[in-house]
Amino acid sequence: MTSLSIGRHAGQIVWFLAIALALLLPELIPSKTALTKMCLIGITIVFALSYNILLGQTGLLSFGHAVYFGLSGFAAIHLINLIGRHQLPIPVLIVPLFAGLAGAAFGLLFGILSTRRHGTAFAMISLAIAELVAASSLILESFFGGESGVTTDRSVGPTLFGIDLVPQIQVYYLIVGWGVLSAITMYAFTRTPLGRMATAVRDNPERAEFIGYSPQIVRLLSFIVSAFFAGVAGGLAAINYEIMTATNLSTAASGSVLIMTYIGGASFFYGPVIGAIVISLIQLSLSDVTPAWLLYLGLLFVITVLFAPTGIAGLIERHLPPLRARVLHHLIPSYLLSAAAGSVFAVGAIALLEMNYHVTLNAHEGPLLRLFWIQVDTTQPLAWGVAILVTVCGFFLFRRTWPLVGGAWNEIDSRLRKAAP
Amino acid sequence: MKEPALALTDLRKDFGKTSIIRGVSLSVVAGERHAIIGPNGAGKSTLFHLISGRFPPSGGTVALHGHDITGLKPSAINRRGLSRSFQVSNLFPRLSVSENIRCALLWSTGYRYCFWRWADRLSDVSAKVEDVLTRTGLSGRRDVLAGVLSYADQRALEIGIAIAGGADVVLLDEPTAGMSHSETRRTIDLIREVTIGKTLVMVEHDMGVVFDLADRISVLVYGEIIATGTASEIRASKAVQDAYLGTAGTAH
Amino acid sequence: MLEQLAISTLNGIIYGMLLFMLASGLTLIFGMMGVLNLAHASMYMLGAYLGYQISKTIGFLPALILGPLALGLGGALLERYGLRRVHQHGHVSELLFTFGVAFMIQEAVQMIWGRIGVPYRVPPELDFPLFRLFDTPYPAYRIFVLVLAVAIFVGLFAILSRSRIGLVIRAALTHPNMVGMLGHNVPQVFMLVFGVGAGLAGLAGVIGGPIFVTSPNMAGALGAILFTVVVIGGLGSLPGALLASLLIGLVQTFAVVMDVSLDDFIKAIGVDAKAGNILGDIQHTTIAQIAPILPYLMLLVMLVVRPRGLFGSRDV
Repeated sequence: MTSLSIGRHAGQIVWFLAIALALLLPELIPSKTALTKMCLIGITIVFALSYNILLGQTGLLSFGHAVYFGLSGFAAIHLINLIGRHQLPIPVLIVPLFAGLAGAAFGLLFGILSTRRHGTAFAMISLAIAELVAASSLILESFFGGESGVTTDRSVGPTLFGIDLVPQIQVYYLIVGWGVLSAITMYAFTRTPLGRMATAVRDNPERAEFIGYSPQIVRLLSFIVSAFFAGVAGGLAAINYEIMTATNLSTAASGSVLIMTYIGGASFFYGPVIGAIVISLIQLSLSDVTPAWLLYLGLLFVITVLFAPTGIAGLIERHLPPLRARVLHHLIPSYLLSAAAGSVFAVGAIALLEMNYHVTLNAHEGPLLRLFWIQVDTTQPLAWGVAILVTVCGFFLFRRTWPLVGGAWNEIDSRLRKAAP
Repeated sequence: MKEPALALTDLRKDFGKTSIIRGVSLSVVAGERHAIIGPNGAGKSTLFHLISGRFPPSGGTVALHGHDITGLKPSAINRRGLSRSFQVSNLFPRLSVSENIRCALLWSTGYRYCFWRWADRLSDVSAKVEDVLTRTGLSGRRDVLAGVLSYADQRALEIGIAIAGGADVVLLDEPTAGMSHSETRRTIDLIREVTIGKTLVMVEHDMGVVFDLADRISVLVYGEIIATGTASEIRASKAVQDAYLGTAGTAH
Repeated sequence: MLEQLAISTLNGIIYGMLLFMLASGLTLIFGMMGVLNLAHASMYMLGAYLGYQISKTIGFLPALILGPLALGLGGALLERYGLRRVHQHGHVSELLFTFGVAFMIQEAVQMIWGRIGVPYRVPPELDFPLFRLFDTPYPAYRIFVLVLAVAIFVGLFAILSRSRIGLVIRAALTHPNMVGMLGHNVPQVFMLVFGVGAGLAGLAGVIGGPIFVTSPNMAGALGAILFTVVVIGGLGSLPGALLASLLIGLVQTFAVVMDVSLDDFIKAIGVDAKAGNILGDIQHTTIAQIAPILPYLMLLVMLVVRPRGLFGSRDV
């Protein structure tokens, strides 16, 4: 179930620390590029949390959540432009609220079509809607601005407390403010009667009917709430980037938020936060280093689906009981061994992928490739041979060492059982 | 005569060309404990699905306290005061025991689609949750996820969800199926206790349970009710004896 | 006009038969296992690229055999070591898994063959006009594709209606939960069907690649069309899939050549309206521009209005 489960008070402390860190971060890392990245991550966190109202809480797999982010973003851009053009007395600070309302309105419209169903049928409907909206965005140029998108200037409108949103740091605090407010509201939502029933409908829609609820209406309301917060995120994005393009509501953007939420851990409220931070950081650091980073991301996602369906948050939760019982250190030797073997495999596999990529896509750059810290000549069979050898050895080493982890866990679980009455 | 709590009139259900329920008429008065027995495949569970709205009937009517509820959705029927349990446990597996019961209480306590209150700080709901937990004997397991409960506890929770909302007509589908002797005794006591002042209709295979609990019994064979009456009347019924001799051994 | 009509019809039928080759596997997998394979169109794309690569190095005939075989094997392995593992977590996990696989195939194809298309051309041995339709010469390759697709269709029907495995598959389609109790090795049947489905998708890719463009966009463009075919035809229904494939094939082929917009209609009835903004955009959109949206629209309408499709017995 969706809950803060790192022990009641420990959990609250972690949340306060996280918020404090978010507030202090620009002081700790005073760099302009870092600030840009932090703004992106903040927006992504709100977006991923909104997505998890569907996936984790209501059990609805959507392939089109970026629709609500994007449409609201466009709405926000047009609203800011209206404010600028007609001198409307609306501070840009509260535009995310209007963007959220736009998101909720679209959520109501498309939700009526899609929430009658769940499971695969819902997923297909969400995909159809996403493709329809994406295709329409290229046709309806006056609203979506065609290929180049729509731009705005966020420094218009009345200022509130002297905040004119010209410096990026103000935008960052705006994002933190809206982000914290949204996160708290979304967490609160999970604990309301409707939020609880969303979880019940996820678990067993049929039984929910026999205790008086219409699963369809519960899903629809959840959908609208989710679309509202996706809209808030879209509004923040509009203010932050001052531009919206059709890619913001593409199916690729929808896939991206799905991947982050799932890898972070859809079963826990804080999972999407971790997913948004981790995946954004991977994206920001890897996309400059290797053109194959999306392939790595896909690989990470498939591995998560196959071997860790509760995501990073699930792994954290799994380690908390032994941590509290002070037996976690028994895992360290097996973890280190497996990690070492796994790294050998990963190094080999990455080398192979990168060399392949270099040969097929970057052939014009010549045969030399900087791999990790060495220069590799991709025309030499020796280089390929070494890479294959390392990969194969790593694979077999990993297969030998991984059972040790399982053994250590069995040991720990039996200790925990003995300790519990 | 008093208005019956539940009245079925010529109720029918066909699946394709096969008739499963072939004109069932039955009237259950308020406060009565009524058992429906019959051999396997007689259509007992289907009859419950028709009454509770899971399937729409092919013909006939269902009336609850004199109001026609035929063809309504399960949620609408539940809101009018009829709740049910399932033969195969049908819980919210990833919610805890107390949350299962809390969810079963939300609508009837009036919180419906509310999203401006804390679900676990509703004092009226919490008091009722405690009450149901105590009565079903699940207090000690309140924080266990329903999906990992033992079989007997799942059955108890199944009944708990059915009675939590305070519906005055309760349908229980084989509440003691698959239970040991002692568990069955405990469940009979539980059912007797929680249905005081309510109307109970139950499907049951265990004749001990039926004769122990039921005020009246109906025998359903091949989609038709062949006899309705008190335990002794049913025992004496020629039609029932014929039906059961033909399918000896199916009534455990 | 008549010539255009005849050529478009023939093209539409060939496109439809290719769609059927893809949709048949998808609908069988969906109907039997309840798994909507989001990577199915990716396998088609992989088939086209493999076809291109093998044709270039060895020849078209080996490509025609090796490509589908490789994909069939890959599909079977994917089922055995991937899908079966996540099956216990339910349909959402299965969907997520196939989504991840599609995502990876997409990236891998771009990595190996580049972000723009490859010049996969009609093999020279089949590159000649077979006959003239009115005055236009009609390429032999397209007829080859048609013949092959019809042969596959006949073969599939024969296997499903005559063989023992076909009996099990048909039983699994109508009663997915019951077949295991009949004592058949259901996981093996699933693996087989998934493998054959992937192989057929690969075959469609190998022979379809030269007709359509072989590029990394082809999977995304085709995916939703396939879902539309499966939904319209009805879960697990091969006749339904055939009819829906031909329908969509014809609709799309005709829509692409229709260069008229709402504005033309308005003008045709003698009004010269000038709507602003969004209405103006809609007014000037030609049917050819809408063609790519049509399948999504049909999918949406079908799922909302009649989720069991034309020939299905169950809702999607």
